[in-house]
Amino acid sequence: MTSSASSPNHIVVRDLTLAYGETVIQRDVRFEVPRGRIFVIMGGSGCGKSTLLRAMIGLLEPAGGEVLYDGTSFWGADPAERESMTRHFGISYQSGALWSSMTLAENVSLPLEEYTALDGDEIARIASLKLALMGLAGFEEYYPAEISGGMRKRAALARATALDPEILFFDEPSAGLDPISSERLDELILELRDSMGMTIVVVTHELASIFTIADDSILLDAQSKTMIARGKPSDLLEGSSDPRVVEFLSRGRKGGGAELGPRGDGTAEG
Amino acid sequence: MSTSRSDDGTLVVRLEGSWSVEAGIPSADPMIREISTPPPPACIAFDASALEDWDSSLLAFARQLGDAAGARGVKVDPSGLPAGARRLINLAAAVPERADARKKTRRDRPLARLGDGALSFFETTGGLVRFIGMVFLSFLRLLVGRARVRGRDFWLFVQDAGADALPIVSLISFLIGVILAFIGALQLRQFGALVWTANIVAIGMVRYLGPMMAAIIMAGRTGAAYAAQLGTMTVNEEIDALRTLGISPIDFLVLPRILALILMLPLLTLYADFVGMLGGAVIGTLAFGLGAQEYMSQTQSILTMKDFLSGLNMAASYGVLIAIAGCFQGMSSGRSAAAVGEATTKAVVMGIVLIVLATAFWTVLYDILGI
Ligand SMILES: Nc1ncnc2c1ncn2[C@@H]1O[C@H](COP(=O)(O)OP(=O)(O)O)[C@@H](O)[C@H]1O
Ligand SMILES: [Mg+2]
Repeated sequence: MTSSASSPNHIVVRDLTLAYGETVIQRDVRFEVPRGRIFVIMGGSGCGKSTLLRAMIGLLEPAGGEVLYDGTSFWGADPAERESMTRHFGISYQSGALWSSMTLAENVSLPLEEYTALDGDEIARIASLKLALMGLAGFEEYYPAEISGGMRKRAALARATALDPEILFFDEPSAGLDPISSERLDELILELRDSMGMTIVVVTHELASIFTIADDSILLDAQSKTMIARGKPSDLLEGSSDPRVVEFLSRGRKGGGAELGPRGDGTAEG
Repeated sequence: MSTSRSDDGTLVVRLEGSWSVEAGIPSADPMIREISTPPPPACIAFDASALEDWDSSLLAFARQLGDAAGARGVKVDPSGLPAGARRLINLAAAVPERADARKKTRRDRPLARLGDGALSFFETTGGLVRFIGMVFLSFLRLLVGRARVRGRDFWLFVQDAGADALPIVSLISFLIGVILAFIGALQLRQFGALVWTANIVAIGMVRYLGPMMAAIIMAGRTGAAYAAQLGTMTVNEEIDALRTLGISPIDFLVLPRILALILMLPLLTLYADFVGMLGGAVIGTLAFGLGAQEYMSQTQSILTMKDFLSGLNMAASYGVLIAIAGCFQGMSSGRSAAAVGEATTKAVVMGIVLIVLATAFWTVLYDILGI
């Protein structure tokens, strides 16, 4: 895959305003993601994380501001150009969004059929590899309705990585997963960054994930309709003076502190 | 429950007895009146010493009173409430209401409703026209071999719209044939023209009722199914996933469904025609004593190829319309289970309306062309 090394930032989000019709969901969202980093979009439910993601992948035109990939404006580009930019995205949706009428293998194969010159046998081999990487070896012929929610999440990730994308977008990967599966998923995300150099954008509010995977993050707030923090989550927890930020990042420490290990520090309350 | 004013102007609300939701929530209105009449109390306090039992009814009461007091600048001292109730009320107040979270309650005046209805009608019509345009473009792409249609899907839809629909189509068309023959025979017998019953059944089925009945069955069966399938795919973000992959959902999901119905509805119609005529023959021979041979030759003498073709042409057009109504409603579905149900209903209604409009169109056209 070709890409200019000249611009250090793979993704730039500049003063983005998101709205459904007249209703503004978020405004003045801005951040940059360098190539090969994991960027986490945090926030309580309903604050507009998925909406921001939809604007970044071309499903919702922002009401203002712009998104740049390798310095090229995404929404400023014409539709054909935008489509070719989208080709380098891998997307895993909040609901999984596996195509229900197709088996897992067919789900992973479709992008390959669409955009590679591989023959049927090669495609089947790659599909099976991608499924195996996500711990789904042997499930090629299953339909999405026949596997569990956690497996669907992983199958969606297999499909998202089918074309070895440059950027992986991930909406709430660990929502609804048990702690062990969710930990495995975090390892996998780190591995995709380290071994394949992918730039990864993850939407989540799971603290365990946030502290494990994030190189950088923003925190969206539903009340003020804008981002209220920007930085590496552990730095934010120590350095932020905004009580909302500290509260978001230390929430759950009371009960779940043990699970997080040494970080379960003095924020506990009666 | 009673209230009293203490010397320092505090309004003390005495809570008594057992509070339960089943017994109802006592109104806070008397107390609200009390704090609204000057001079207002400096503070509201509670005395729960005589309170035996409480549940959410107490919380709702205290919250209403608290809101009213807050709006009038009267302080509330919750310390007299049971500790558990105090904590729950704090919890309910912990996340303040978002300024614009509450939906504006709409005034539903008849004229406004009419206007809304008209607007949404035009919106739907506009959307439908755009959708048909996209389908047409997709069809052109298919002709030049650039559309992404999965053959296997197409055959599945063909099977679903064909073989699987046979039982219900058989039942309905047989009954329609029976009814036509019965009504026809009763009237024609009075003129001694009983054998013309065969004409009524044959022409009625082949030219109009065969195609229309098959179409109405398929609008309820397959059109609704298409809307539900595509609506669910919208909810599951499956359609988004196709779009971001650069695959047109029209090529991939809509076109095979439309093609399946264009192919299958004429075939079903042909089948319905014959089953209907069979129903007519059964009544004609068994109930009215016509000879089977006589009935057959009368039918053969009246039907022409033109009759069949005009019926099949109508059927093909119904196929397109039903599939378009189903797919259009499915793809414009909202993102919830209720929205999918609504889309399904709308698909059936729209399908039937389009069938009626198309029938009127073809009838006039055939009349002008003398077919
Ligand atoms: N299609 C839509 N039309 C109108 N409002 C929407 C739509 N989708 C989401 N919203 C609103 O946008 C806000 C943010 O939603 P979303 O981005 O899904 O939140 P999150 O992913 O952070 O939980 C919510 O308040 C929701 O009500
Ligand atoms: Mg979301």
